[in-house]
Amino acid sequence: MFPFSFQTARSEQEAIAGAAAGGRFVAGGTTLIDLMREEVERPQKLIDINRLPLRDIRLEGDTLVIGALARMSEVAGHPDAARAQPLIVEALLEGASPQIRNMASIGGNLLQRVRCPYFRSLDARCNKRVPGSGCAAIDGINATHAILGTSDQCVATHPSDLAVALVALGAMVRTRGPRGERQFPVEDLYRLPGETPHLEHTVHPGELITAVEVPSGAYAKRARYVKVRDRASYEFALVSVAAALDVDDGVIRSARVAAGGVGTKPWRMRGSEAALAGQRPDRTAWQKAAERAIEGVKPLSGNRYKVELLRRTVIRALEMVGEAT
Amino acid sequence: MTTSKVELIVNGHPQRLELDPRTSLLDALREHLGLTGTKKGCNQGACGACTVLVDGRRINSCLTLAVMYDGAKVTTIEGLAAGDTLHPVQAAFIENDAFQCGYCTPGQILSGVACIAERHAGSPDEIRNWMSGNICRCGAYPGIVAAIAAAAKES
Repeated sequence: MFPFSFQTARSEQEAIAGAAAGGRFVAGGTTLIDLMREEVERPQKLIDINRLPLRDIRLEGDTLVIGALARMSEVAGHPDAARAQPLIVEALLEGASPQIRNMASIGGNLLQRVRCPYFRSLDARCNKRVPGSGCAAIDGINATHAILGTSDQCVATHPSDLAVALVALGAMVRTRGPRGERQFPVEDLYRLPGETPHLEHTVHPGELITAVEVPSGAYAKRARYVKVRDRASYEFALVSVAAALDVDDGVIRSARVAAGGVGTKPWRMRGSEAALAGQRPDRTAWQKAAERAIEGVKPLSGNRYKVELLRRTVIRALEMVGEAT
Repeated sequence: MTTSKVELIVNGHPQRLELDPRTSLLDALREHLGLTGTKKGCNQGACGACTVLVDGRRINSCLTLAVMYDGAKVTTIEGLAAGDTLHPVQAAFIENDAFQCGYCTPGQILSGVACIAERHAGSPDEIRNWMSGNICRCGAYPGIVAAIAAAAKES
């Protein structure tokens, strides 16, 4: 690990000023410390933000407000979260291990870096780690990589389960930075790799995520997160689907569908949502939605299986939600 | 290299340390305090051998910096027994033959203590799920699950 200086931030202003001057925030550290040890990340200064009062979880009206420093396990075990947004709880409990869920913050979960093995390996080509060096995954071992949102520069998937659920539910990120406060959809936090895979997020230098807000909707309680992976627990998704339905009088009024493990960012399936609206909640509707979900996929040499797996996982998730209605 | 001062309360004893900020909590325990019961397995958060309790909650001590835990109460495997009386989870591991080589065992036991305290030890399936952050390459899982189930019943 390369040397760095360490500062404990006593206020948000102090943290923001330190980061604007080139420091990196550290909360749980579960991604950052690991990547620093691998020398993939080499920050010169770490700013410990754990003493900042950003750990509250509460309902503001119908909206679930999650402080950015709340730990995954704290949100998953919070009665307001379970009552208002069971999809969030389900997605959190499908991610990581109990130990990591006790450490990892919600803000850090959203900003976690990719798990592509070439990104983590200093002797491999990786445009995300060294812009312009090439992508070893495109012609390499790419069974776990993306089939949506890829470019000829990068094909790594975004690893967060939580982000998939948040994107499906239209959640918002609150930030504070040198230029004041902002609020924007979680979906807009992520960039597509395009020609600049080293740029992953839309947060500005010095900008601190302070909270995530999950609005209530008619589908909040009819929502499931289905994760398919190589082990029953403690493994990243090969394919995951968050599905939520608002069903009234035997007709789907609106639907929310997002997928993980398939996209270079958490992938909202707007085509599937459109296909479901106005339909009866039955197998025909699920199949139509699943066909729309795989439109535009670009499988690689090792991950063709993900196309059919995505189709089937969309159907499974919708069946599970449909049965509950 | 500038060092940082940190105080950890380890197994009930305050410990003042002056550390290179790069020092993981795991290395602080093992290399600076001589508490080698906590094991270094993968050193990247995948195996759980380094599991300790911080303020009662289980974490991977390899994935974090000691300087981030100033003032925290840390419990390691050395702090579980009361004198010569083993902690019930330790006793259950012996009773149920829950290890072979023993390298993952301190982490398994700390994780098991937390799993029971969290009330996530209600059935073998629940135990397997909530113990999935602790790998045993000898494959002693049947004994580990049995030990935690037995200790949970007694608690």
